[in-house]
Amino acid sequence: MNDRIIGQVKRVNGPVIEVMGITDAEMFELVRVGEENLIGELIKLETDAAVVQVYEDTTGIAPFDPVYGAGMQLSAELGPGMVGTIYDGIQRPLEAIREMSEIYIKRGITVPSLDREKKWHFVPSVKEGDQVSGGMFLGTVRETENLLHKILVPPGDKGVLESVTGEGDYTVEDVIAVLKTDDLKEKNLYLMHRWPIRVQRPTRSRLALDIPLITGQRVIDTLFPVAKGGTVAIPGGFGTGKTMTQQAVAKWCDADIIVYIGCGERGNEITDVLTEFPKLIDPRTGRSLMERTILIANTSNMPVSAREAGIYAGITMAEYFRDQGYDVAVMADSTSRWAEALRELSGRMEEMPAEEGFPAYLPTKIAEFYERAGSMETLNGDNGSVTIIGAVSPPGGDFSEPVTQHTKRFIRCFWALDRHLANARHYPAISWLESYSEYLSDVVSWWESADGGASPEWLCDRTEIMELLHKEVRLQQVVKLVGPDALPDTQRFILEVCTLFKNAFLQQNAYDKIDAFSIVQKQVKMLHIIVTYYKRGAEAIKSGATLVKLRKMKVYQDIIRMKFSIPNDDLAGLDKIEARLERSMDQLEALHA
Amino acid sequence: MPDKTTKSLLSGREYIGVDKIDGPLVFVSKTHPVGYRELVECVDKQGHVRLGIVLESSTNAVVVQVFEGTSGLTLPGTRVRFSGEPLTIAVSKEMLGRVFNGLGHPIDGGPPQRSDIELDVNGMAINPTARQYPRDFIQTGISVIDGMNTLIRGQKLPIFSGNGLPHNELAAQIARQAKIRGTNTQFAVVFAAMGVKHDVARFFTQSFEESGVLENVALFLSLADDPSIERLITPRTALTLAEHLAFNEDMHVLVIMTDMTNYCESLREISTIRGEIPSRKGYPGYLYSDLAELYERSGMIKGYKGSITSLPILTMPNDDISHPVPDLSGYITEGQIVFEREMDGRGIYPPVAGLPSLSRLMKDGIGEGMTREDHPHLASQLFAAYSYVKDVRNLASVIGEEELTPLDHTYLDFGREFEQRYVSQRKDEDRSIEETLDLGWEVLSILPVDELHRITEEEIEKFYGK
Repeated sequence: MNDRIIGQVKRVNGPVIEVMGITDAEMFELVRVGEENLIGELIKLETDAAVVQVYEDTTGIAPFDPVYGAGMQLSAELGPGMVGTIYDGIQRPLEAIREMSEIYIKRGITVPSLDREKKWHFVPSVKEGDQVSGGMFLGTVRETENLLHKILVPPGDKGVLESVTGEGDYTVEDVIAVLKTDDLKEKNLYLMHRWPIRVQRPTRSRLALDIPLITGQRVIDTLFPVAKGGTVAIPGGFGTGKTMTQQAVAKWCDADIIVYIGCGERGNEITDVLTEFPKLIDPRTGRSLMERTILIANTSNMPVSAREAGIYAGITMAEYFRDQGYDVAVMADSTSRWAEALRELSGRMEEMPAEEGFPAYLPTKIAEFYERAGSMETLNGDNGSVTIIGAVSPPGGDFSEPVTQHTKRFIRCFWALDRHLANARHYPAISWLESYSEYLSDVVSWWESADGGASPEWLCDRTEIMELLHKEVRLQQVVKLVGPDALPDTQRFILEVCTLFKNAFLQQNAYDKIDAFSIVQKQVKMLHIIVTYYKRGAEAIKSGATLVKLRKMKVYQDIIRMKFSIPNDDLAGLDKIEARLERSMDQLEALHA
Repeated sequence: MPDKTTKSLLSGREYIGVDKIDGPLVFVSKTHPVGYRELVECVDKQGHVRLGIVLESSTNAVVVQVFEGTSGLTLPGTRVRFSGEPLTIAVSKEMLGRVFNGLGHPIDGGPPQRSDIELDVNGMAINPTARQYPRDFIQTGISVIDGMNTLIRGQKLPIFSGNGLPHNELAAQIARQAKIRGTNTQFAVVFAAMGVKHDVARFFTQSFEESGVLENVALFLSLADDPSIERLITPRTALTLAEHLAFNEDMHVLVIMTDMTNYCESLREISTIRGEIPSRKGYPGYLYSDLAELYERSGMIKGYKGSITSLPILTMPNDDISHPVPDLSGYITEGQIVFEREMDGRGIYPPVAGLPSLSRLMKDGIGEGMTREDHPHLASQLFAAYSYVKDVRNLASVIGEEELTPLDHTYLDFGREFEQRYVSQRKDEDRSIEETLDLGWEVLSILPVDELHRITEEEIEKFYGK
């Protein structure tokens, strides 16, 4: 397929190449440049000044080098074998590249995204003569112990199955069915199909977002929940814990598949995921977390243009699993690097810049990306969702810069990371003042229902604590002027409770076996205990108890340590703490009655 | 269209006369097809060869960036040869103990280095799956680093400093004292100076000499009065040697690069001359990727014994940590050691700011079996307590110290002791990790037990007040 020459190099400027003498090239066509076959994509068509962005280092490329067309757009290969794999930005498996070029990534390497040799056990669910259309299931392959990979008719195809193979072991290139399309052409169907990464995969309809994605992180689930199919941005300067928060969510959230896109970030962070995830056990399935994770790694020193492609390759894979009826969560770390890649390429193409050198089409691109999230009714009639959690790295930690600002327009949940919290090593450093979630009202019924948290008082407790946190800010301002002694006990008690809430609830130690992840029931109970402590304590103060007495209660220490001491599988301890709390308060009130 | 043989034949051609010279850039037209980033030799009238690389190549003209500066070049009299290859340097273990310029040519009067191994200075991206996650604790003997911002072998941990602050002293102290406990491994040091003053270079040479490690150090100097453009290639040649030493010779290499701010300024200079669209403060949009190409060359590789630990130093213009250079560096490196002018003013050495400093790889390199079991919680508690001290100080500056509660007074005492005894140390003081941790407990014991939320009861039992 490399024989079709579509033009010659005219000018080389970093990853951007101008091409002259264009013949029959197609917009966004996948191309190969020079004798080294560097992979690129045609992003602007003009007879004598077409532009190709190259996904590899262009050292040595000279004018008059040939440019070959592949006859198709940059596409992802979708089929069994993706889970547990680590890809680069243009979906080349990095392990396979390592076998060919050792520790460094050499140029011009072509490796298929899916293993061509491996055989999968395919169980058909259709038969000869069935009328099928795009997105419908042909059968299943058990990809891992817990993942049933459904083989889809490629979206857009429609017709009658002329033949279907029997149950058996096949490679991704073996024909498993032959489709006679409506215009009477024959088309072979395989375990895999290709899909252009820049095109959203079709679905039947969008559904309401009313089930929360449970992440096990208390500050997220309780204060700023995200719905399955929702969109989140995590902005934060360096060192505020973006990656740590994303990794914690990737580890513990209740999605079926995680697509983790490392876009222009550190190499060692990817290595960290690669060494840690296989060892961690998914609490829901009891299997290794790697068995539900797909990694895309395009680290900061890998070619810039592939950062841009990596984001789209990742979301395409996520949509493919959504089409099988799964809940998928996409972590993009970081979307700012992707935006910067756009800026760099735009600059090299000498386009007119808008804000801070970013191209004018930046908001459109961001919107296109986040709109690929959603909870959908698939073409097969199932429900599936793609949740996008995108990290944003604002320069200087300043949220008024273009990427953060434009991202804010297209997401509905905002977890702002706070430098002061991070400096005090309060993790996750999600600010309770700046963050928000528009999904809150949508997911309340889930928390109250028996399928969810089964906690009718959840919303009241949450509102109560949020109110206290906001009151605390105002009180802190007063304290800064006149010192805490000037406040009456009722107000100082609010400060106490907020400190307690921050230490005992919001702060969560990602490296502690018990604390790393809290199930919904634990969160509900912990929240209720702290709110009860506040309500009863405030009454006690009114009837004459002192702050010191409230603090010296034995149960206070139990509350502080409950996140470490009570494991998820034995919540009876929390009921005991609550009972003890009520008793201690009764005693205290009796003293002052 | 030219194939490989024609290309190599054409590369023998020499062009006499260039079309335009603009700063460090030379424009040559009507050439054969020249490859992007090819090595170029520019010969001036006196016959001196200056090296450069191709920055842009098109059918009309080639843009060459000349590392040794363009002063003295003439339009008709300059001869240009394109080598057909990217810039490479010959590397060998014998380069340790010697001094080179930014391009890797010896400037210590000795003979040029000989080696069969020629490596492309641009390097290649390490495959993330080939990386080994770094987790070996390096003891630097400096409490505030070992105890609270632990350096790990294979890490890239920059020092964010300011003009006049003792970053050179600290870097030299680390280079002298760094060791892996329980092993005899010696570090080889690769030192890259970009646009720094002669005194600074001399300070480092002297300090290496005094501690007797000079034969394990390779210096690459591109000093303040060398052409600014040479700074762009200096860290690359240095890192190429470091990679060779680490991954071909199994050595543990510590790379010190100073001053990254000068490097970035040279990059800005080139970018401006080429008329590129700037992003923040005139720096080019690719500053992040360019810095990443340097920083990401450190690390450890599965199956290889050696490692590259890098310690870039940068001065924050106007002590502003949100300036693009420290900001973008912080997004790439694995933490940062931030200096605070106010602490320096109070005579605290090293003036490491407690809160903004961070080591990202610390979590996996400390604790039982690596340093001591109480290390993680102790560090976390010290951070939390010190952060509260900062709040109390702010409060005290408004309402006066007398108005503070007794507890807050205790915190102020803690803060003072922490800075004076724990952070502060002599420039030749080499504290073992046990000394550092014990000292940490000593200052922490000033605080009442109830305040220690991040420490387990067993640890309090064992270490508190001892």
